[in-house]
Amino acid sequence: MKRIYNVWVENRSGVLCKVAGLFSRRSYNIDSLTVGETQDKTVSSMTILSSGTPHTLEQIEKQLNKKLDVIKVRTFSEEQAICREVILLKIKYTSDQRREIMEICEFLKAEIVDATTTHMIITLCDTPDRIEKLLSMVRKFNIVEISRTGTLAMPKCGDGE
Amino acid sequence: MNGANLLTKALEQEGVRYVFGYPGVSICPFFDALKDSGINPVLMRTEQSAGHAANGYARAAGEVGVCAVSSGPGATNLITAIATAFADSIPIVCITGQVPTEQIGSDMFQEADIIGAAESFVKYSYSVRTAKDIPRIVKEAFHIASTGRKGPVLIDLPVDVQNNEGGAFAPVGNVNLRTYKPTMKGHAVQIKKVLKVLEESKRPILCVGGGVISSKAGEKVTAFAEKYNLPVVSTMMGIGVMRSDHPLYMGMVGNNGKKYANKAMNESDLLIMVGARVADRAVSQPDLITKDKILVHIDIDPAEIGKNAGPSIPIVGDAGLIFDELNKADLKCDFKDWTEQLIRYSKTRDEKQQSTAKYVDPNLLVKTVSELLDENGIYVADVGQNQIYSASNYICKGGKYFTSGGMGTMGYSLPAAIGAHFADPDAQIVCAIGDGALQMVLSELSKLAEIGPDIKIILMDNRSLGMIREYQHYHYENRYTMVDLGAVPDYSLIAKAYGIPYRRIKNNKELNALEAVFNEKGPYLVEVNVDSDAFTAY
Repeated sequence: MKRIYNVWVENRSGVLCKVAGLFSRRSYNIDSLTVGETQDKTVSSMTILSSGTPHTLEQIEKQLNKKLDVIKVRTFSEEQAICREVILLKIKYTSDQRREIMEICEFLKAEIVDATTTHMIITLCDTPDRIEKLLSMVRKFNIVEISRTGTLAMPKCGDGE
Repeated sequence: MNGANLLTKALEQEGVRYVFGYPGVSICPFFDALKDSGINPVLMRTEQSAGHAANGYARAAGEVGVCAVSSGPGATNLITAIATAFADSIPIVCITGQVPTEQIGSDMFQEADIIGAAESFVKYSYSVRTAKDIPRIVKEAFHIASTGRKGPVLIDLPVDVQNNEGGAFAPVGNVNLRTYKPTMKGHAVQIKKVLKVLEESKRPILCVGGGVISSKAGEKVTAFAEKYNLPVVSTMMGIGVMRSDHPLYMGMVGNNGKKYANKAMNESDLLIMVGARVADRAVSQPDLITKDKILVHIDIDPAEIGKNAGPSIPIVGDAGLIFDELNKADLKCDFKDWTEQLIRYSKTRDEKQQSTAKYVDPNLLVKTVSELLDENGIYVADVGQNQIYSASNYICKGGKYFTSGGMGTMGYSLPAAIGAHFADPDAQIVCAIGDGALQMVLSELSKLAEIGPDIKIILMDNRSLGMIREYQHYHYENRYTMVDLGAVPDYSLIAKAYGIPYRRIKNNKELNALEAVFNEKGPYLVEVNVDSDAFTAY
């Protein structure tokens, strides 16, 4: 079972370490973790993707709430949230491969943001499954480097908002 | 005012009377500032003992205990004591000196990242960067340590911050932390549910843990039990909530507990756990406990509820406040018949006894010692076989009982007993310890000799590391390894070297000599010869 945790924490040094440490110490999985400042400069927002049994997923929420630097924990499934991830891909290519790569990019709305006659960097900001789709389609080429942000998530707009 | 003076002033404001510690260059400004204050520094013989002494002080006084040590090895030596306090939810504030702010991260002499190293054992930690922040940080640290689920808070204080000017001291008002608002009051709907299931139940039982002691709710819980003739059992950390001779008290549960206490818990149809973790030592199969009974779990820490067993009715809050509410109700139920049935059963069980003429029976020893101990005396048990013998045979007459329950830290008892003495100087204290653990903290005999407290060390001497020896007997077919203490010292000479009165008890007949030991005020080392083949479980 997968679960997304959106954790608002005090924007202080060492807090990321405390939260990540909690996961490793209690043997919880981190599938991905992103962190950044919010509209309030004293607050950072962490998006943590985790998987485990329902019992473990409930414990994660409780243990996160117990941390004194944690302001708020929201938890939701992937369906309940808008999820985005950014990927950067560096590919080494030959001239006869270029056309196909460009077609894949066009198909998935990925962007070629840098290129030489032998290398190019592709980027895509999309849902995690579309990112996986891109990866599966370009895997046959010579991928030199991959960098991913991990999932960013925000619960969908509710009626009461 | 410099940082060290601000710290001292802030501690005075919290009512601190003693700081247990060990010096080093990085904490010198603070100890120097203490000289001009009303706070007494207590020099222990190693940093770990300073932490345990603060722990013993906190438990005996019902207040926050404070310890202060230096940077590097001083700080790392403290970690075991921090973890011990964390596991038992004991409120202590630990102050560690640190290398100058500018040098942090440069691996200079006696630098250790104590904040990082202790992270998983503290309730919270502060790395102080500005002297003027000290009063606020101290106020917050005491608030965090002593509220909600209590525990250790660490303040790491670079030496330059102690020396820097931080302005005049101004008392800090109420603490308001946006990330920390523990639930104290139990949810009214949940409380009603508990009363309803109690009314409907046939065989209810209360199981009390350390949380009841921590919230000072013993009398309220007892009153509730008495109102409906509810039988009560306790975990190891809950020993002392009820007097042993209370007709409703069935004793300790768990794999080392009383058989009839376990039977009572197993046969109940409603189990009300209060301030206990439903952990492996108290309940053999926590996940199966709700199979045939309703489990009510009352705890201040929401993360404990459902961690080991999914309760039918969870209540988050302070045990004292919750029982205030529960006591307001007037239910028409009485469980006298069920309780009497349990009492009748308990009387059919034979008492544990090690029958040997050559040695002292440790079960009988603990009974004798706790009978001789003053009514309000404090019994501190160490870790190992002595802990099990103590927990299963200690007779509570209204006094306090401490042990390292969660972490099981050997060498806890003597420094914790010393800390307890500072909290309650008139209290008679028993330190029950094995010969393995005593050799770990032998240095504290020097502290004992220095201050002469009324601490009776009951040394269960079996010339081996008994608990592990027992484990190897049952699980490794008597392939004993690493458990023979070999060249044990002559404890009479050890006692003489420190100037502490000494007596040796070789067999059950000689146990009556203990009366003279307890009639004399002051420290005593009583060496009790125990059979290395005597096992706690059989």
